[in-house]
Amino acid sequence: MPNLLELLTGRKPASAGQAKQRLQFVLQTDRTNLTPKMLADLKDELMQVISRYVEIDPDTVNISMTHEGREHRLVADIPLKATHR
Amino acid sequence: MTAKVVTISSGKGGVGKTTTTANLAVALASQGQKVTCIDADIGLRNLDVVMGLENRIVYDLVEVVEGRCRVRQAMIRDKRLPELYLIPSAQTRDKNSVSPSDMIALCDELRPEMDWILIDCPAGIERGFRNAIAPADLVLVVTNPEVSSVRDADRIIGLVEAEEKGPAQLIINRLNPALVKRGDMLTAEDVLELLAIELIGVIPEDENVVISTNRGQPVTLDGKNRAAVAFHNIARRLRGEKVPFMNLEEKDGFFDRFARLFRTGGSNA
Ligand SMILES: Nc1ncnc2c1ncn2[C@@H]1O[C@H](COP(=O)(O)OP(=O)(O)OP(=O)(O)O)[C@@H](O)[C@H]1O
Ligand SMILES: [Mg+2]
Repeated sequence: MPNLLELLTGRKPASAGQAKQRLQFVLQTDRTNLTPKMLADLKDELMQVISRYVEIDPDTVNISMTHEGREHRLVADIPLKATHR
Repeated sequence: MTAKVVTISSGKGGVGKTTTTANLAVALASQGQKVTCIDADIGLRNLDVVMGLENRIVYDLVEVVEGRCRVRQAMIRDKRLPELYLIPSAQTRDKNSVSPSDMIALCDELRPEMDWILIDCPAGIERGFRNAIAPADLVLVVTNPEVSSVRDADRIIGLVEAEEKGPAQLIINRLNPALVKRGDMLTAEDVLELLAIELIGVIPEDENVVISTNRGQPVTLDGKNRAAVAFHNIARRLRGEKVPFMNLEEKDGFFDRFARLFRTGGSNA
């Protein structure tokens, strides 16, 4: 979808933003050796293991990659279901 | 006196390692430092032509490490400056003729006589790269503000760290202020944020680099142009001076800022 400025000027959006986004993605994959597919598989397996011990809701589980400088970190946020039934 | 060994690397080819090595050598030497540069790109000799010393070669790096001449005999003195020398690479040999320990031994022999030893590293991550970083006290990584060059720089930075030669410092070469202004080239800040290492200098795209290379006279020799100033600034930072980064951005008009605001808004969506 062209934005307002493109409609007014007929120009394509500047490309540097895309370059940066694509590099952010590719550098993360290069540095960690973790592809998005592997990350998805990891999430599935992790949930299976955790479900053996506690009850969780798969839809609330969030596994993501963060980084500080050149150090990357896998962050898992796994809300537990209440047990007072 | 004991020289600091600085290796100029990049990963991707053609981003400006040889140009940077020649110009930093000239800048340091013209600031009164004793400098030897070594072309470690075996089989693809180039530092000699960029420096304009190609017709003075007698011996080369491989002959030195094979003990067929003394180091002094292979050092070509650049007569334009008081203390600048080049050890040329071998054109007809392969990179396995030199080992990392050969490079360490060579630099150790030169260290007492020099302030700086600059090593022009070949592209790639193989033997030639290992040779070039083995004796390094500091590794500089040259990148251009474009995707494949930044990606390869990241790989080199990681390898330098793994070899315990880090942290590497970054040179961004061929920044084109007009393209940056238009939003069609990564800014120096973007590249820094992506690579997350210390920046030691930004060199603009400058046709004077091409012209001076044609002539075999590194742009830093007499240049008052922006590339020459940028190289001089890096040399001063290497020597420990705090030199503010020059402002390469062209002045923005109101409409440019307005347009950019709009465009980043669009591309982030
Ligand atoms: N700042 C600049 N402005 C304009 N042209 C430049 C700049 N820096 C380098 N160049 C040009 O880019 C080309 C490649 O530069 P150079 O040979 O230094 O790269 P390299 O990294 O040593 O390449 P290789 O990997 O093949 O050894 C040369 O033609 C050089 O003149
Ligand atoms: Mg080169």
